[in-house]
Amino acid sequence: MERSVIIAGFGGQGVILAGKILAQAGMDHGLEVTWLPSYGPEMRGGTANCTVVLSEEPVGSPIVDEPSALIALNLPSLDKFEPIVVSGGTILVNSSLVDRGVSRRDVRAFTLPLNALAAKVGSPRSLNMAALGAYLKASGAIPLDVARQAMTHALESEGKGKTVAANVQALEEGYNAVP
Amino acid sequence: MSVSVERMVKVFERPRSLTGAHSTYCPGCHHGILTRIIGQTIDDLGIVERTVGIAPVGCAVFAYRWYRCDALQVAHGRASAVATGVKRARPDLVVFAYQGDGDFASIGTAESIHAANRGENITVIFVNNQVYGMTGGEMAPTTLVGQKTTTTPDGRDPALFGYPIRFSEMIAQLEAPVYVTRQALFDTKRIQETTKAIRKAFTNQVERKGYSLVEVLATCPTNWHMKPVEANRHVAEVVTKVFPLGDLVNRG
Amino acid sequence: MAKRVLMRGNEVIAEAAIRAGCQCYFAYPITPQAELLEHMARNMPRLGRTFVQAESEVAAISMVHGASAAGVRTMTSSSSPGISLKMEGISYLAGSSLPAVIVNVVRGGPGLGNIAPAQCDYFQATKGGGHGDYHMIVLAPSTVPEAGELTMLAFELADRYRTPVMILADGMLGQMMEPVLLPDPVDPAALPAKPWAATGAKGREPNIILSFDLDPEGLRRMNLELQARYRTIREKEVRHEETETEDAEIVIAAHGTVARIAKSVVRMARAEGIRLGLFRPITVWPFPYEPLRALSSRVETVLTVEMSAGQMWEDVRLAVAERAKTPFYGELGGVVPTPKGILREVKRHVG
Repeated sequence: MERSVIIAGFGGQGVILAGKILAQAGMDHGLEVTWLPSYGPEMRGGTANCTVVLSEEPVGSPIVDEPSALIALNLPSLDKFEPIVVSGGTILVNSSLVDRGVSRRDVRAFTLPLNALAAKVGSPRSLNMAALGAYLKASGAIPLDVARQAMTHALESEGKGKTVAANVQALEEGYNAVP
Repeated sequence: MSVSVERMVKVFERPRSLTGAHSTYCPGCHHGILTRIIGQTIDDLGIVERTVGIAPVGCAVFAYRWYRCDALQVAHGRASAVATGVKRARPDLVVFAYQGDGDFASIGTAESIHAANRGENITVIFVNNQVYGMTGGEMAPTTLVGQKTTTTPDGRDPALFGYPIRFSEMIAQLEAPVYVTRQALFDTKRIQETTKAIRKAFTNQVERKGYSLVEVLATCPTNWHMKPVEANRHVAEVVTKVFPLGDLVNRG
Repeated sequence: MAKRVLMRGNEVIAEAAIRAGCQCYFAYPITPQAELLEHMARNMPRLGRTFVQAESEVAAISMVHGASAAGVRTMTSSSSPGISLKMEGISYLAGSSLPAVIVNVVRGGPGLGNIAPAQCDYFQATKGGGHGDYHMIVLAPSTVPEAGELTMLAFELADRYRTPVMILADGMLGQMMEPVLLPDPVDPAALPAKPWAATGAKGREPNIILSFDLDPEGLRRMNLELQARYRTIREKEVRHEETETEDAEIVIAAHGTVARIAKSVVRMARAEGIRLGLFRPITVWPFPYEPLRALSSRVETVLTVEMSAGQMWEDVRLAVAERAKTPFYGELGGVVPTPKGILREVKRHVG
């Protein structure tokens, strides 16, 4: 089975890092993965997105026409990518910043106040990890434990070891917010 | 009076570091004197087995033929960058770049300045004869105001072509170079001074002190349309007014 | 057992170069290959090796010239506009028979273009680019792990044939991450000697390294020697990959990033009953003319797909001649063809 996820939001919301951790967790879980960022000047403040593909077989295209999931952290991302999610796919919306729901009826929609969830554990900047946790629960793609370890490893290797505890809490908060 | 051959002392010979290959330089040109000085210096320092020469594009394009050391012939203007590559790869080698004014101070401007600015531990010999010799006597970056060349047939007009560039003075503004000097070859005193300067520039490298540049004012009787003696006088009386002789940096 | 690590294409190329024994690396920053330069800046000095951020691409390739002449493994990397500047030095390397590895993480052009992935430098890479009758071996990786493998190979081939070798990647391959098993490091001391190198004329005649001979007969001999070497390379070093071509009625011909996208298209097409295969040159110079010629007599159509206006397409048509139809689908300006887009083109040419 091949899963593809687009994570999109404002630059600075951590979509690139969330994607990296998802890809790392996928690899640690024994899957084949690709992680493809949007890159260039837009990373310094405009919109940013990345595409992660998780598969049991070698990944062909790292770009996807019809992602199986979308994590939209802001409204422009929802507007842009909602139409291309595969029928029967998953859309996760950050209702803290997006004041509309998912209009499509042929997808599974989750509307979660990600900024609020992150703030609740005392780490408002960790909304990307809350989003990741929610995706893991909604998709069942990778066990929470594996993701937790991948996140710890990723943050420590980027010299952000001090933020591990808060980010793990945010990850779990997001995970548990999905029914 | 008869002189015994056994008692004769050889007082002058070709430096061992020179091959004796037939020169391609014109009569009266200073490249030959300079080549000999470099060969003598390599002899004196005993470094021929670890010296690599970098030949430029221009009249000195055949420079690799004159020395009994490893040598490269490289792209126009890039000798200082190539020298950087050789030296960084093998720091125990003694690397010298031999470049004309077009090579060093025009098409190679960026490579020349930045090798100096990095303080590469190399020796650069910059031959300034104010003209493009090999291509037929065109204007060089160092061509004097009013000087006639094949591309300034009415003389160099600064309003159109700017002024002769004092490149060594530009290099001398940088922090890194340990030795920057301008020398000439128009009489024996200057030849001796140039010999000392070349020796210092090579010694600096052997002692790992850093970047050394010796600019040498040279003649081009062919393209100046002067006799060799007249060309020597021209350097002494005219060229040195625009390009004053002496050390610009000496942190040795 | 070695562990898979998740790395960007740019970083994998850099790390593979280090493991191949690259002693000197010279480059100038440009997007989308900056991570390669940064990886080298972080790692080369602590290994006691040379990293120089050059003043220009022209200077960087000239430094490569010097380091290669001094007999060490050396590399530079850039992206399209920077590679144009390196063309002078690449011609000198070829003319001087000097080994070197040059990485082009191709972006959209011409001119300043943009920083998105493209394959529009194929002509420049495979047909010369600089002046004179020369070729580089050009390796076109399709995945991040393969970028590492081909970088190791590039150093081997460069030394074996005393020639510049190019890694022809693109912005997507450079920026994306994939799991890789990093290759075991080569011991630089165990590499074959280079008796031709400028290492100091001790106990031997001087080594003179040049691309210059005023005598036409002499330069002709030098050129004939180069051409003889290119013939050997064409005989021995052609590499390609075929996917599901055994029963194919139509094949896509694509290299690099587009080829990996096309692998998804093969799966999609097969699921719909279309007998689609993929022909992927790994060496784009030398181009795999013979294997493609053989394949083209068994299929009806060879559809070339590129992120260019049809550059590799010319080689495909040379190989296929009239044995099959040779339509073309290209995207320009940094637009990446998607699996659906390619499948739509495939369907236009079947049935």
